[in-house]
Amino acid sequence: MEKLIEEFSLGLFVWQTLLFVGLLFLLAKYAWKPILTAVEERENTIKDALDSAEKAKADMEAVQADNKRILKEARAERDALLADAKKASTQMINEAKEAAQLEADKIASAAQAAIEQEKNAAINELKNQVATLSIDIAQKVLQGELADEKKQQALVEKLVNDIEIK
Amino acid sequence: MNSNTTILDQVKKATLLFALLFASVSLANTKEEAQSGDLKTEIKEYIAHHLQDAYDFSLFSYTNEKGEHVYIGAPLPIILWDNGLKVFSSSKFHHGETVAEVDGNYYALYHNKIYRTDANGTINYDEEHHPTNAKPLDFSITKSVVSMFLVVVLMFVLFKKQAESYAKNGGLAGGVGRFLEPIVLYVRDDIARPNIGEKKYKKYINFLLTIFFFIWFLNLLGMTPLGVNVTGNIAVTFGLALLTFIITNVTGTKDYWLHIFDPLGSTMPWFAKLPLYIILIPIEVLGIFIKPFSLLIRLYANMQAGHIVLMSLIGLMFIFKSWIGSPLSFGLAFAISLIEILVAFLQAYIFTMLSALYFGFAAEEHEHH
Repeated sequence: MEKLIEEFSLGLFVWQTLLFVGLLFLLAKYAWKPILTAVEERENTIKDALDSAEKAKADMEAVQADNKRILKEARAERDALLADAKKASTQMINEAKEAAQLEADKIASAAQAAIEQEKNAAINELKNQVATLSIDIAQKVLQGELADEKKQQALVEKLVNDIEIK
Repeated sequence: MNSNTTILDQVKKATLLFALLFASVSLANTKEEAQSGDLKTEIKEYIAHHLQDAYDFSLFSYTNEKGEHVYIGAPLPIILWDNGLKVFSSSKFHHGETVAEVDGNYYALYHNKIYRTDANGTINYDEEHHPTNAKPLDFSITKSVVSMFLVVVLMFVLFKKQAESYAKNGGLAGGVGRFLEPIVLYVRDDIARPNIGEKKYKKYINFLLTIFFFIWFLNLLGMTPLGVNVTGNIAVTFGLALLTFIITNVTGTKDYWLHIFDPLGSTMPWFAKLPLYIILIPIEVLGIFIKPFSLLIRLYANMQAGHIVLMSLIGLMFIFKSWIGSPLSFGLAFAISLIEILVAFLQAYIFTMLSALYFGFAAEEHEHH
């Protein structure tokens, strides 16, 4: 202890205190204040940036959720539209089918009627023709047959035999 | 507390290695025993001399063929107050070998202190062999003052640069500030904030930052071959601790003083407290002084011890002069140097940390129950 007191130098102590206190004030003014202010400002900027990033993320999420909802709605709408269209088309097809069937039936029946008519006309025509031809043939045959008595006789008989009384 | 264990460990390690060294070398040379005895005292004196402040900034000295001491370095101004200001160069002392004559007064260096003497430089002693000569008030620019001044200039330039770099780099530190900023923030966030509290740390941060870097830089300067030992000087550590003491007690709140003079508060009636306080209050009051005192002794002792261990190890090299001893002592000195670099930081940290802790006590404000 005595040695320590012996070693103690007042001059050095005074110089040390002066230098240190001077340094303290110089640094406080020209170094620590601007440094700590700059660091604090930067820290605040970073904090703000982080906060706004967080906010942006939340906003983004909200937008995304919105988008999802809208998409879902659009899908539902599309599905509804598709279903409607399908229904409408089926109905139209059915209607068309029915109309076509109806028309076809109509045409077919008209055609049948026409055919029937034509057939009847043709048959009548044929009948007339056959009748005419038959008469002609009969005339010719009769002329040939009736030229001889016997033959006439035979014919009459035959005809009479052919005729059956029904 | 950390520092004490570090120092203890160092001493333990050093003793162990010393023992090893002696064992290995005592085999090698027993002849030079008589000569090395002188060498040992010379080394001892050299170390003692180095640990003290000096009136000149000598880098090294040697003895030439004619037996004269040659010093390489620069003399420094001596400033005395002895019935008027006396300023002269320390070269007048010729490293303590001659008496300096200024304005008809004679001054001599004795054990690194300046005394007023007669023309022959006679020193008178009392019974206990203390000089009785008058000691003028000595405000000389010594080696330590020069070193501190260098550190002051260095710190001012470095931190001013750092402060300026923020504006240039858009809020980021540039250049040397990139290295210093994390340390500044470390002092702020890990020393000041947790010990003093968020609300009041700004009041103390200037002092804490300055004292941290001041001690750290001076400690590191002590590790350079310049051979300065500023923080291992009791006057310097006393000055630093005194500032901590003053700041603690000047900024002490009502609660701080209440804690000292009424530590038990309203937990007991006054008549029960009275006998306890006869013991408690003196202890608390003593504590005000012991806390900064421990700061000054801790820093002083740690730096002093580090320098002694390191220089002793280097000195061993000259004693052993053998192929085994010298490389070994070099290796040891190197290892201790590395530890000392850590200690340089550690001591600055501990001084700042404990100062912050004391400021924390001073700034404390309890919620009153």
